[in-house]
Amino acid sequence: MMNAAGREIPESLEGYKKIIPYQGPFAQLPPEGARKSGPLLKVVRPGAEKVLQSIDEAIDASGLKDGMTVSFHHALRNGDRVMNMVMKAISRKGIKGLTLAPSSFLDSNDELIELFQDGTIVAAEASGMRSRLGHFLTNSRIEKPVIFRTHGGRVRALECGELKVDVAFLAAPACDSYGNINGVQGPTACGSMGYAMVDARMADTVIAITDHLLDHPLCPVSIPQHQVDFVVKVDSIGDPNGISSGALRMTSNPKDLLLAKFAARVIEKAGYFRDGFGMQLGAGAASIATGKNLRELMLRDKIAAGFAIGGIPGPFCDLLDEGLIRTLFDVQSFDARSIQSMRDNPRHQEYDCTFYANPWNKGAMVNKLDYVVLGATEVDIDFNVNVITDSNGIIMGALGGHPDTCSGAKCSIICAPLLRGRLPMVSDRVQTISTPGETVDVIVTDRGVAVNPRRQDLLENLKGCGLPLMSIEELRNLAIKLVGVQPEPVSVTDEVMAVVEYRDGTVLDVIRRPVPLSTGGRGSG
Amino acid sequence: MIIRFKAAQAGTLESSDVLVSIAPADEGSGIQLNLVSATKQQYARHLQKLVCGILQEAGIIDATLHINDKGAIDCVIEARVKTAILRARA
Amino acid sequence: MQARGKLRRSVMYAAGNNAGLVRDASIYGADSIIYDVEDSVSVYEKDSARQLVYYALKRLRRTCEVGVRINHISTPWGLDDLASLLPAKPDYIRLPKGESGEEIQQIDRIISKAEQDNGFEPGTVKIMVSIESPKGLRNAYEIATASPRMIAIALGGEDFAAAMKTEKTRGNEITGGRELFVARSLLVLAAKEAGIQAIDSVFSDMRDEETLLNEVLLVKELGFDGKSCVNPRQIDLIHRAFTPQQDDIRYAIRVLNVYEEAMQKNSGVIALDGKMIDMPMVIRAERVLALAEAAGVYVKEVGK
Repeated sequence: MMNAAGREIPESLEGYKKIIPYQGPFAQLPPEGARKSGPLLKVVRPGAEKVLQSIDEAIDASGLKDGMTVSFHHALRNGDRVMNMVMKAISRKGIKGLTLAPSSFLDSNDELIELFQDGTIVAAEASGMRSRLGHFLTNSRIEKPVIFRTHGGRVRALECGELKVDVAFLAAPACDSYGNINGVQGPTACGSMGYAMVDARMADTVIAITDHLLDHPLCPVSIPQHQVDFVVKVDSIGDPNGISSGALRMTSNPKDLLLAKFAARVIEKAGYFRDGFGMQLGAGAASIATGKNLRELMLRDKIAAGFAIGGIPGPFCDLLDEGLIRTLFDVQSFDARSIQSMRDNPRHQEYDCTFYANPWNKGAMVNKLDYVVLGATEVDIDFNVNVITDSNGIIMGALGGHPDTCSGAKCSIICAPLLRGRLPMVSDRVQTISTPGETVDVIVTDRGVAVNPRRQDLLENLKGCGLPLMSIEELRNLAIKLVGVQPEPVSVTDEVMAVVEYRDGTVLDVIRRPVPLSTGGRGSG
Repeated sequence: MIIRFKAAQAGTLESSDVLVSIAPADEGSGIQLNLVSATKQQYARHLQKLVCGILQEAGIIDATLHINDKGAIDCVIEARVKTAILRARA
Repeated sequence: MQARGKLRRSVMYAAGNNAGLVRDASIYGADSIIYDVEDSVSVYEKDSARQLVYYALKRLRRTCEVGVRINHISTPWGLDDLASLLPAKPDYIRLPKGESGEEIQQIDRIISKAEQDNGFEPGTVKIMVSIESPKGLRNAYEIATASPRMIAIALGGEDFAAAMKTEKTRGNEITGGRELFVARSLLVLAAKEAGIQAIDSVFSDMRDEETLLNEVLLVKELGFDGKSCVNPRQIDLIHRAFTPQQDDIRYAIRVLNVYEEAMQKNSGVIALDGKMIDMPMVIRAERVLALAEAAGVYVKEVGK
């Protein structure tokens, strides 16, 4: 059947819930009278101890059995050692048939491929995955299709019971002997625990894994003791260098600077640049540079942002210190500067992922955004965005908060160079839709800026301010003219490898297994 | 008439460029094209046509070509293949 | 607009054998770009750069003026550069180290022949010449007037300083690099006498925006029309310095209004805010508005 984003969706999929096709960004609501689900009721009596001696002991104590669901958080990014360490220990115990549902996978999780191969893990649900693991799950069938959810969609799934976590293993940069956790102390500090806070609240059993065990009580507390079953001390939960990997620095790449110049101009002129505005900027080079340009405009016009949200990069913290942003809401701290700022500045507030992005609560922060600036792998003439599969249809990205913020923001801005090598960034049809076009407002490229025709108001505001405005079709034609020819589409089989859920749990798109590339390319003239 | 030429190379492996190597081949073997590209799926056929067209125009019937593409657009490929041919005949 | 009066606040070089740069040079908003097959290309790659620039000129849509810097015609490559690149119809040829009017006339003849052979309208391809030596500077006026194709002369600062057995410095706010002060002054005099544009030298320290800005303001004051650059990051700053500010535009409009009114009334003495308005001020006001219009920051009212 066809969904509202124009994608052909199967009627049903083995190993996946009853399919509801995507119907529009705000069409799907919770069933009448539905209540939040929650973890088991449990009691820890006075005198009981929570500290265990090893991961093995913790796995035993958790009651983990074949077929259960385990989760992890990704705040330590590529520096994380906990997911691989715990999953390997689980595998050694011979437990099989698990669903692995971390908030996201990262490059460091390639080691888990063998656990998918030997049946320890039979299903995966996350925001995204990269590198060899992404390649593997695009091409190799496991028991169930992989489910991709947005950051907000994952909390929604947990709170409405679609995703039930039996055991959450939480990397805890600082943890006391009774299970209080924060992310700002210890050798492996990662800053905000925004994703882990959700799992701590929702999982039946919560195990804190720390390399910085403190006497009770630690302070400040991000995840409270009453949510945590056990505490395990290990030598190291991660590599601090990996936590701020790809350290955010000011780019000197002229193309990124050009994109940033255009994006900042859009923000200045689109109609919402006034004192108290709210924004989110992604972590890409162009987004960070946009922040620098914005700073100049804010100083010039004596405008301060009321708040900035999302993953927080260091340059935002400088704006906070300068008074150009009044409050930061931090679900994930991108670098050392941001971790330090959250620890030291009371206006740099840690918050969890439901507060950030959940579509089914009483109002997430994304609803209050004026602007969001994000990247994309490709967009199409319907303004649909793909951030999850590459040009060969291989899974290599993450939905993250992309669809959440685009649906919430008054003006969502996507920045990317028009060509990557000889691949046009604007095509007739993206390989996979990760964010529906009806929530995407402005496409900024290095050769032109296109405004979604649904947003004539923005278009009017942006006219005559020096931006190279053109229609999305003109942008596409420009790309193809440069390259010389339209690229041939990726051919895919009928086999569905992954489901891309919209934030409300409907099916936005599916990822089908690509037809293997022939080794040919020879021929005669 | 068979136009003689020697092995030659043009271009670079920098982003947005292409490295083209051409070598003579036995008579009757035609154009042997070996393409390395991250976007083979999208452009292999087109590149084959483009490159063979340039060779044909230059009167080259038998040759082995290695093309290592780093995301070059058509006009870059044309320039590099042309340079390789000119060098092969120098 | 005619090539002679065209806006050339920024003239950006792109290394002619760099595929990525050649492809993207036009996106940064420079008024004019130059594909270079001279200094930025090694002697072993002259042939490949020529091909790359040729196909770029032929195939890529031009969104701004595009010239090519050839090797000097006294080198082993210069004439071949012209022979291979002229059929692709560059907007102009930039000649490095121009020293005499005779060279320019020779290039002019080669261009005329190529225009005829390729069926281009005569006079299509213009010439811009870099002055990089004391001899070139002495002959600057002769060079500037050697061909009706001449649109600008430009200063090659590094080479000029080297030829003077000194070096290019950051200089000061008053004169910029003192080693170039006389050269800049003479070059702009020659250009203006010939009625063509003067383009200043590249400023190479990418991080030092303050000195760059001072230098642009200085050469603008001297009468230059634009500045060469190699890094796109400098374009915006150069443009800002060369583009009239809103205050200047408003004042220019008032000057012209008062002047027109006085003409109609046939009144002798013209004054604005208690200040005499004389003819040079009117001409200056017209120039400010023309520049502002060309830069897209002012739209001339219809009927005026």
